[in-house]
Amino acid sequence: MFSYSKLSNKYKAIVIGGSAGSFQPITQILSGLPESFPLPIFLCLHRLKHVRNGFVEALSIKSVKPVLEPHDKESIKRGNVYLAPANYHMSVELGNSISLSTEEMVNNSRPSIDITLESAAFSYKDKLIGILLSGANKDGALGMKRIKERGGLTLVQDPEECTIKTMPQAALESTEIDMSLSTKDIVKFLVELDRLYKVKHEKI
Amino acid sequence: MFSSGKNMYDIEISDLRKLIQLVKDKYDYDFKDYAMSSFKRRIKRIIELYKFDSVDALVEKLTHTPSFFEEFVSEVTVNVTEMFRDPSFWVVVRDEIIPNILSSHNKISIWHAGCSSGEEVFSMQILLEEMGIRDKSHTVATDIDTAIINRAKNASISQKNMELNTSNYERYQGKYVLDKYFSKNKDRYHFNQDILSNVSFRKHDLVKGQVFSKFDIVLCRNVMIYFNQTLQNSVLKTLHESLFKYGFLCIGSKESLIWCDISNKFSVINNEEKIYKKSRD
Ligand SMILES: C[S@@+](CC[C@H](N)C(=O)[O-])C[C@H]1O[C@@H](n2cnc3c(N)ncnc32)[C@H](O)[C@@H]1O
Repeated sequence: MFSYSKLSNKYKAIVIGGSAGSFQPITQILSGLPESFPLPIFLCLHRLKHVRNGFVEALSIKSVKPVLEPHDKESIKRGNVYLAPANYHMSVELGNSISLSTEEMVNNSRPSIDITLESAAFSYKDKLIGILLSGANKDGALGMKRIKERGGLTLVQDPEECTIKTMPQAALESTEIDMSLSTKDIVKFLVELDRLYKVKHEKI
Repeated sequence: MFSSGKNMYDIEISDLRKLIQLVKDKYDYDFKDYAMSSFKRRIKRIIELYKFDSVDALVEKLTHTPSFFEEFVSEVTVNVTEMFRDPSFWVVVRDEIIPNILSSHNKISIWHAGCSSGEEVFSMQILLEEMGIRDKSHTVATDIDTAIINRAKNASISQKNMELNTSNYERYQGKYVLDKYFSKNKDRYHFNQDILSNVSFRKHDLVKGQVFSKFDIVLCRNVMIYFNQTLQNSVLKTLHESLFKYGFLCIGSKESLIWCDISNKFSVINNEEKIYKKSRD
């Protein structure tokens, strides 16, 4: 259920995980973002390991904000969307940069959503929003738990709306997720969030 | 608080500092400037693998059991590798870089820094063999991890990993079939040792930064991603010093020289494949 009470301008970053069936909702989200959206977004989507090109371009076409595949130790800029590159895990590093790694696959995946979510939770603590979309495995469930443990906000795509609901379902089973929303409401949430930051700026 | 069981706990930075200090004092290896995010996961993995109940227990073990240290180094480093990783990179090495070097030299010297279990080295030797110039080459392959160097020397690959190697080799459009370079024994593939006759494997720690020779090509791919920027900068200085002027540096496809102190001493040869040339001493 959509709840305005969860909105706050304390957040510093957003992290989104998705797998099978997540391309449609993620493009809907990226195309619905307001141009002024102030937070960095980390995107970890399961993808073909050996196809380096094409994916970031496909997302960029739809996205209001710039989507990029970061290099190792690239510094994090507000309003950018960072997509985990093929065959690398992507972590948020302390000190506002991104680390890549070729560690073993996690949940049969590289990039693994758990890794991105956990590292982001560690860096941003309660100032993080985690969003988990459609998918056919359980990657991300543990990461969502970490976000919750550190006081962050957790959202999943409503399993009823998902092409494959295993992934958000797994998160709902292991963690008390704050909100289960349709993609439309996720977008609405982000738009409302953006508004709060504007209010803050006007007051200063 | 720690509770046992997989993934039940999280490690804090202060725990890691203690561990790093002990390893430095007792074993003279310095992990202080490793990238925190992956280093932390490695420690967590070791704790789970060996069923320690805390970082303190691991510190305790390392304090009293020097024989455990080699295993520790093995587990703390990430050894995941593939033959012909990024096939398009190897195409550029074959079609542009090697011919470029041979146009002015008749010998070619190569250093693989952080060679892991050798897949990158085997790939290069196959490339040279198929170009008919392997006898003009000399290669040094190094890693910090003694156990992994021994595996590289052994040159045996599991069936499971061969599938990926084979499909990479096909994308690279090698001359033959990859199997040609291996003999099969049960589910292991043994790389033909003759093709390694111009390679020497050695232990070398990039953190200590010792320069031991000069090379025409240095490959240091997917190694510096495990370091923070401070250490990346100092390792790049070592790599720079280890190259002849106009020699080539190859780094991983998602690494970049843009942010490093000495990026102005290199020029970009191929940005997509991350190949640079030492343009200034
Ligand atoms: C992911 S592997 C890279 C293998 C290969 N170059 C590739 O791209 O597939 C990273 C290697 O760097 C080695 N390494 C880590 N720290 C090192 C250090 N301080 N000195 C030398 N090698 C190191 C690890 O032991 C590991 O084998």
